[in-house]
Amino acid sequence: MKIAVCAKYVPEAAANARIDPQSKRLDRSGEGTLNQFDVHAVEEALKLKEAEGEAEVVIVSLGPERALEAMRKALAMGADRVVLVSDEGAAGSDLVATSRVLAAALEREEPDLVLFGQQANDSDGAVLWAAVADRLQRPLVSQVAELTREDGKVRGKRQTEYGYDVIEAPLPAVIAVSDAINEPRYPSLKGIMGAKKKPQETVSLSDLGVDAGEAGEAGSRTEVYALGDPPARGDTVKIEDDGTGAEKILAFLQEKKAL
Amino acid sequence: MKTLVFLEDHEGKLQMDSLGVLSKATSLGGEVEAVLLGGEVEGLAAEAGRFGAARVHVMEDVLLTKPLPQPRVDALETLIGEAGFDTVLFAATVLSADIAAALAARLDAGLNWDLTDVVVEDGRLVGKRPALGDSVYVDVGWTSEPRLALIRSGTFEPEERGGEAEVQKFEARLQDFSLETQMVEQAHEESEGPSIEDADVIVAGGRGLGSPENFSLVEELAKALGGAVAATRAVVDAGWYPYVTQVGQTGKTVSPKLYIACGISGAIQHKVGMQSSSLIVAINKDPNAPIFEYADLGVVGDLHEIVPKLTELVRARKAA
Repeated sequence: MKIAVCAKYVPEAAANARIDPQSKRLDRSGEGTLNQFDVHAVEEALKLKEAEGEAEVVIVSLGPERALEAMRKALAMGADRVVLVSDEGAAGSDLVATSRVLAAALEREEPDLVLFGQQANDSDGAVLWAAVADRLQRPLVSQVAELTREDGKVRGKRQTEYGYDVIEAPLPAVIAVSDAINEPRYPSLKGIMGAKKKPQETVSLSDLGVDAGEAGEAGSRTEVYALGDPPARGDTVKIEDDGTGAEKILAFLQEKKAL
Repeated sequence: MKTLVFLEDHEGKLQMDSLGVLSKATSLGGEVEAVLLGGEVEGLAAEAGRFGAARVHVMEDVLLTKPLPQPRVDALETLIGEAGFDTVLFAATVLSADIAAALAARLDAGLNWDLTDVVVEDGRLVGKRPALGDSVYVDVGWTSEPRLALIRSGTFEPEERGGEAEVQKFEARLQDFSLETQMVEQAHEESEGPSIEDADVIVAGGRGLGSPENFSLVEELAKALGGAVAATRAVVDAGWYPYVTQVGQTGKTVSPKLYIACGISGAIQHKVGMQSSSLIVAINKDPNAPIFEYADLGVVGDLHEIVPKLTELVRARKAA
């Protein structure tokens, strides 16, 4: 069985990330890391592999060349190899363009199962899997909080606005997992040492047969016009608890007549 | 502008957010039509008419009975191809997000998500999207048609206008791969358990509680304040607390007078469900937790010490 995990390279600490006012793209010049939500997808792939006995876990990513280093975390956890699509022509890709490039990379791999994390830490995007599943023409289950495999099928417990659905899909399938699905393992020292030696391939758009006009800004259908400040929510006060935190909350509630 | 609004229904009722988006579309002007997809949904068209749809496209098919995204993509592709819409709006839900993204790929159309407003500026449609943990607002647009948009849950209030919709039935061929997923069990709205939607005071617990047993700390404080207990998705998914108490995107949206968040990081998923609370107090040991960006009072510290102490103080004060 072959499992592909789609993973994203995101800026370290999304809370401190900024958007470049010139390009109106996310500033990716700083330190980057493996999107934390995707770590849960990597963990789930490794659990399936362990249950299976024999399986290959391949990480598929689209990003700048230095994303390779961040993807090594997945290798250190136990994934077998990385395929990184890195191409200037893919920079600035929106949903339609990104899904096209990723689908092309996945078609080349022909995995039995494609896993996604629940959202991208930087863009809050939580939809890519559905676009990729449509391009691959494969069944899709998203928001999966529990995943099991039984001969030729996967069964996912999905949380919706109304509670939990249980959905089955035949393989090959595309599954997006929630971050509640597991507690990801920490890479062992041996894993970290071994990660560098595992196969790490960088491919270009032309390697995948994707035309320049189909990726990047040329292949995108959305744009950013302007950036602005969010509406203010009044004053926020943040204090460190010095042992009187509870008293301070009580005083605050009294002052606001909230008791 | 010719706009199509996707209407979602659950157990015979139209989803309020769908009607809110329909009302908003009507206020933007142009032709506004809606679409209903399901096993038996024609009966809901009249309500859509009252909320502003001039025409409701209806496809009824037993294969559309279950709330699965992929067959709905096929139906929408056919409808958009036949009736021609330049704008397609969705109220964001677990189901509609999957539909919208797949439809974007299918039609090679732009999709902007998590919008908290859509306006017409200089003759073009502009979406407003909070980004990077709502720290910046981005004006987004589309470079081609149709323009697809997902509106953040709870954004627009439904406004009844009392119109009447013309019902137009349509049919579409559903693709084989769209029918491969099977719903084994479908969620039903749970009616048991405490209602958090009407509570004036809510004390909510998250992963920071450390263990399910520690929910007792939250329960005690809620009791002292005469309030209800809520939970985040992470702890509900982990089985620590029942789903009916979940606040956030896939749970309840609440707006109490006071919301006390204990051990909750305040990710966007949770924020959208409680941001309209009048007063937000947060206790969290991580000084970088996003909740401190929007809590009226944030206390960086150990909730296991602060919460029981606060419970004592509230009890003493109420007794006095």
